[in-house]
Amino acid sequence: MKHMTELELIAYREGVVELRATISEHLAACHECREELERIEAVLAALDTLPVPDPGADYGRHVWQQIAPRLPERPEAWWQAWFQPRRLAVIGALAALIVAAFVAGRITKPGSGKDNIASTEQVRERILIVAVGEHLGHSERMLVELSNAAPSDPRQKEVNISAERGRAEDLLQENRLYRQTALQEGDTGLASTLDELERVLLDVAHSPEEVTPKQLEAIRQKIETRGILFKVRVVGKELQQRQEAARPAPVQNDSTKKERNKV
Amino acid sequence: MNRMQQSIESAQAIAASDALAVERTLAGERDAFRVLVERHSHNVFRLAFRMTRNQHDAEEIVQEAFLRAYQKLGQFAARANFGTWVYRIAANYAIDRMRQKQKEDARRQAPGPQDADGIEDDPVSRVPDAAPTPERLTQSLELRKQMEHALAALSHAERTAFVMRHWEGCGIEEIAAVLKLNSSAAKNTVFRAVQKLRLALQPLVGRSPQARAMGTES
Repeated sequence: MKHMTELELIAYREGVVELRATISEHLAACHECREELERIEAVLAALDTLPVPDPGADYGRHVWQQIAPRLPERPEAWWQAWFQPRRLAVIGALAALIVAAFVAGRITKPGSGKDNIASTEQVRERILIVAVGEHLGHSERMLVELSNAAPSDPRQKEVNISAERGRAEDLLQENRLYRQTALQEGDTGLASTLDELERVLLDVAHSPEEVTPKQLEAIRQKIETRGILFKVRVVGKELQQRQEAARPAPVQNDSTKKERNKV
Repeated sequence: MNRMQQSIESAQAIAASDALAVERTLAGERDAFRVLVERHSHNVFRLAFRMTRNQHDAEEIVQEAFLRAYQKLGQFAARANFGTWVYRIAANYAIDRMRQKQKEDARRQAPGPQDADGIEDDPVSRVPDAAPTPERLTQSLELRKQMEHALAALSHAERTAFVMRHWEGCGIEEIAAVLKLNSSAAKNTVFRAVQKLRLALQPLVGRSPQARAMGTES
């Protein structure tokens, strides 16, 4: 008779196993597995005996007395959460993109329709270049730090990557916005790099906060295999060049974009 | 209707519904928040103590959780259960605090015989005895110490998952939300915690595990 694994029995005990009926049937017939489950139960039952101090019947009132003087007059309104610095930066960049496009459209002389459209596109592209360049810089730094992560204490068996994970979550949101904008702008080369970056950011954002050296190595391998750090650096450099080239004379032809799109 | 009766009825109405208390707090009635604090403090304390195993830390976590809940109450409005929400805030803050404490301890202490929680870390004590003596089994203090050790040896995520699942009866989805993991990863974190605790405590609490490989034929 094939016995249940320890994990299957724990999952059964937790009530989250899919084949519950099958395991129940097996347990009814298998003395060894039943005993194994009892041993798991015994450990959990022992843990239940750990005491929790009673903070007292007046504890709620005590907590209120402690915090009441520190409470502001009113709670923060829901929209105030949008005014956190990181969110403001992204919203600001996108807002600048829209406003600049609008202003460029307004100030250019009527009659030269083709030039107006070209100028508007150039302004939009320049703002996109600056914002995405910064975003790629932040992403690169996070990925480099993640690649160099190591336990703070050599005795620790797990590495804490919660900081990188948190940053990946934030960068992921920005990345989605920039990728969509790049697609709308017709910059498919940039959109493609951002798409690849998004997959890596997604992996990091969904990683556990603490990883074993083996798990960390797997994440590093993924970063390396996809060559994302290299691509981010190349595109970041290219955006920097485009930004510098656009500064003295805003006339910027589409050749760079087209070339990268071809690639 | 006199004022006294009005205020009693008002207090009863607040106690009847967390949602109403939230609404009134948001409308500027700061004292309405007191009902929420008094109603949920014990539960949050229990969670915080089980996560930190330290009464002082637990009390600080309770206060901070309610302060944060008050500050962010505007974001809660659409949610259904204030108890679950403040619980989640407390669990998140407890994880941050444990992590911070661990970092500070690591910075302060050179590698020595103490672990992150300041409990004397005798490596020998972590090795389960192959044949525990009956005397040792009867020493509940020793068993308790070993259980504290075993819990302290879990990662923050594992300890949080174990506490929420076993002692607080939380669903996997709720644990996943606190740990910012998907359900499958949260489930595995619970399993891993149980496995580690079992490995550390089995020799002390029951018959030694048979030397059989689970999942094998017999």
